[in-house]
Amino acid sequence: MTAPLTPLDRPNSYIGRSVPRPNAKRLLAGRGRYVTDIRLPRMLHAAFLRSPHAHARIISIDADAARALAGVHLIATGADLARICTPWTGTLDHFKGMTSEPQLPLPLDRVVWAGQAVVAVVADSRALAEDALELISVDYEELPAVVDLDEARQPGTPRANPASQSNICFRTQLDSGGVDEVFVAAAHVIEQQFSFGRHTPVTLEPRAIVADYEPDSGMLTVHHATQTPYQFQDLYSRHYNIPEARVRVIAPDIGGSFGMKLHVYHEDMAVVGLSMMLGRPVKYVADRIESFVSDIHARDHRVQARMAIDADGKILAMDVHDATAIGAFSTYPRTSVVEGNQVIRLIGAPYDFTSYRAALEVVFQNKVQTSQYRAVGHPIACAVTERMVDIAASRAGFDPLAMRDRNVIADDAYPLVSPTGYKFEALSHQACLRRLREIMDYDALRGEQAELRRRGVHRGIGIATFVEITNPSPAFYGVGGARISSQDGATISLTPTGEVRCAISVTEQGQGTEAIIGQIVADQLGLAQEHVKVITGDTEVTPHGGATWACRGAGIGGETALQAARRLKANILAIAALVLQEQAAALDIVDGQVVSAASRQPRLDVAEIARIAYFRSDTLPPGTQAQLTVSHHFAPQGYPFAFTNGIQGCSLEVDVDTGFVKLLKHYVVEDCGRIINPMLVDEQLRGGVVQGLGAALFEECRYGETGQLLNGSLADYLVPMAMEMPDIVIDHVETPTADTILGAKGCGEAGTAAASACVLNAVNDALTPFGASINTIPITPARILKALNRY
Amino acid sequence: MKARAFSYFRASTVEEALDAHAQGGDDARYIAGGQSLVPALALRLQAPRRLVDINHIDELRGVRREGEWLRIGALTRHCEMLTEPLIAEFAPLLRAAAPFVAHPAIRNRGTLGGSVALADPASEFPAVVLALEAEIEVAGPAGRRRVRAEDFFVDLFETALAPGELLVAVHVPLFNPGQRIAFDELARRRGDYALVGCGISATCADDLITDIRIAFFSVGNVPTRARRAESEIAGSRLSPDVIAAAQAALGEDLAPDDGDDVPAAMRLHLARVLLGRLLGQIGGAT
Repeated sequence: MTAPLTPLDRPNSYIGRSVPRPNAKRLLAGRGRYVTDIRLPRMLHAAFLRSPHAHARIISIDADAARALAGVHLIATGADLARICTPWTGTLDHFKGMTSEPQLPLPLDRVVWAGQAVVAVVADSRALAEDALELISVDYEELPAVVDLDEARQPGTPRANPASQSNICFRTQLDSGGVDEVFVAAAHVIEQQFSFGRHTPVTLEPRAIVADYEPDSGMLTVHHATQTPYQFQDLYSRHYNIPEARVRVIAPDIGGSFGMKLHVYHEDMAVVGLSMMLGRPVKYVADRIESFVSDIHARDHRVQARMAIDADGKILAMDVHDATAIGAFSTYPRTSVVEGNQVIRLIGAPYDFTSYRAALEVVFQNKVQTSQYRAVGHPIACAVTERMVDIAASRAGFDPLAMRDRNVIADDAYPLVSPTGYKFEALSHQACLRRLREIMDYDALRGEQAELRRRGVHRGIGIATFVEITNPSPAFYGVGGARISSQDGATISLTPTGEVRCAISVTEQGQGTEAIIGQIVADQLGLAQEHVKVITGDTEVTPHGGATWACRGAGIGGETALQAARRLKANILAIAALVLQEQAAALDIVDGQVVSAASRQPRLDVAEIARIAYFRSDTLPPGTQAQLTVSHHFAPQGYPFAFTNGIQGCSLEVDVDTGFVKLLKHYVVEDCGRIINPMLVDEQLRGGVVQGLGAALFEECRYGETGQLLNGSLADYLVPMAMEMPDIVIDHVETPTADTILGAKGCGEAGTAAASACVLNAVNDALTPFGASINTIPITPARILKALNRY
Repeated sequence: MKARAFSYFRASTVEEALDAHAQGGDDARYIAGGQSLVPALALRLQAPRRLVDINHIDELRGVRREGEWLRIGALTRHCEMLTEPLIAEFAPLLRAAAPFVAHPAIRNRGTLGGSVALADPASEFPAVVLALEAEIEVAGPAGRRRVRAEDFFVDLFETALAPGELLVAVHVPLFNPGQRIAFDELARRRGDYALVGCGISATCADDLITDIRIAFFSVGNVPTRARRAESEIAGSRLSPDVIAAAQAALGEDLAPDDGDDVPAAMRLHLARVLLGRLLGQIGGAT
């Protein structure tokens, strides 16, 4: 028996096909070229002396002994770098009233978190630079440190930055009106408090940078482990006053980023200045301890939430307050308030109710900055919403899945605007719910749970629906004044041998961006994918664009590639039409050959067209100028964001004597619109789920009372490992966006968005017989045993 | 971070190693598997001027029977605890503990002698050595001596090893068929340092426990024998009441500190849970 033919059986039908990443084998073979691997002639190495105090005044710095050490080339302080670098401020105009202090590469007179870089040493080797660090003495006068989020919010508390009026960075609120009246009339009101610990991305490759300033030409080349080379080209140009065209940022192979590598870091900015001061290449690679105290952290929220439901279990209203502490500065250039902003706008998003009120309070404290990390705000919004829905379900006497079925926005209700102002084009909660029930075999799982509970085995089942923000338009950053592009650009060429190269502004950090761009180009041009070369990550080579973040690589980058490829195809067929003396509209390209559109009969190799155009243009009709290179830009229009949705489920077992949780199985049904590469989408979801499970059970930056990070190593900060991870079953619903030809939306945050909410609900489900409740993430054995009164 | 500069000497005999160490004075360290020392060097937590590599000293290798004892050379790698037939037969508690020691890459290099000499209170093998009432053979400028395990672990990362002394071998009394063993630990992730762990060696006459040695790790500054719990059990059958009494007695045996994420009371609770489960295994083996 032969299966029926599908569109994927057509030649070069790559959209929708699981194609391996072309770069995967190279990276697995150890042939990756990361910034750490780069060794330039005359290159020096930087190391940084860091503050031992969370908050202190710098009285004096004595670096004479270090300066005298053989092999030390430069010792630079905040004042030295301030002479050549202008300060930056992490605010955006559309966050009204937001404040943050100006920042410099190194502080002038005050340190604001333990681990902040204070003095830079540049030496022949990193080891030598570290020897020199040991010879530097800094005299500090300690200042009161603001450590805890709740403490930072108290009136009269010391300030993280003494010159400011308070620790408040930003406040905002949303109110649909009439919320109090709905609560008064509701049959049930649920009220809960939630706490979310800090965690940090922990990329496999740490932050790394080689800055190479050439004084004679005034040219700055920066090899930078970043997601966003164009953003950094702009920033290095403006803050070091170098014309933009003389700044080149190259992002080679990147070992994971998750949002962490698109922020300005003080050390990175300093390294550029150090290279300029020395006129030599300078390298800095953060070690793991430095990563823990200087990479952005994320989350750290306390949420109070109320939900009103009627007697039939219908959700009527939500009222929430989110407080979050972001460190001593707001991150530049994207700020540190986006997470809180997304928390209050995403809470309740999957559900059909209209009365909503939310307040957000963002405060400063003396810790390293928090900012955008995979699934910004989503896990918090999702955990709060989904835990409230579970409690509401229990109060109203409904099964959790039935409660969701009763309350999600109906699949035929779109388009609509959420009470928080988000415009939803088309979501598929009901279809996803139905699929989840099937793939979990939900009723059987509940039956097994009941049976095991009678035998003293405590399993829990958790469900979490979610909405994900993808494909952001200029409404995200551009309107706030940040020079962060929401468009992308591609330059695509037919080479003389009939192959194609596509240089595109979206970037690759290991997720397969280059693979899907190659698939789209090959699909649209009618070529085998191995004949398409994709080039990313070099501002000198590709057009300017936003690059890869906020799930925009496939939706925006992919559409850019699609439209560029279509234009190149039209140009190829125009030449083919001249050569064949045929109408261009009567021709098509299949598998590298120009064919008759009607009969699919081959007429001419694409390579032959390239040969004629490049080497025998004299044989073309006079006046013909073949355009076999096309540059094309695409900015999203229509909906400000492409929202996606999905639902996750999990099954786990709680050892009620030890508080240990064993994850048994995890399920995801996700709708990211058009799927370009199912294997890569599933990888994105699995990776995202694992990061969410890490957040749920393991990851937490723990601080002592004086603001010292207590677990800044991989032995103490627990990331999820394979042995503890469950099988993850994935299924899809496809609702393409009508805003683009491609119809793709993002999928990178979806796994992380709901995984921790699922686990939170499942653990609470398992603890139901004990009347215990947990609303704190991560859910540690200590917290479970405490909830069970076991010690 | 990068290690500070140091000199390196590769010794081929114990005597050469002792001499090389003596020449380095207070600033010398022996290196075997390097699984704890190398990270400490990279973090600059330790900065010796001289490393004396003992990996090529034949005398420190190998496992062999010596009368009523099993002599396990200091360089015996953790992975060999899993593969060496003599260990399986005569020191099965070491074998039972080995899968819990970190990850395969670390087990391939880390050595028994290194683990015991470092005396990390969260490590498995020091507690096992204690439960086995093993003896530790050391060589020093003043000659050779054997130290009983209970006298070896003095305080946090502090042992009976005098400056310059080298751990040569661990001598374990041979396991006999009347004995039963049990080992387990509670770790957040497989391969992590445990929140609490325990190894037990019991001697039985039918289902009567005539002698039992219970050693905990991750409960304080040193691996710790639970002698009160042992005395609740010795001479008894492992009834639920006896197990409960042993669990209760741990309150006097163990005095864990409050950790920033694991309160002392929780650690004691987990130790009791673990002891109950392990005694269940010992009792269930009848």
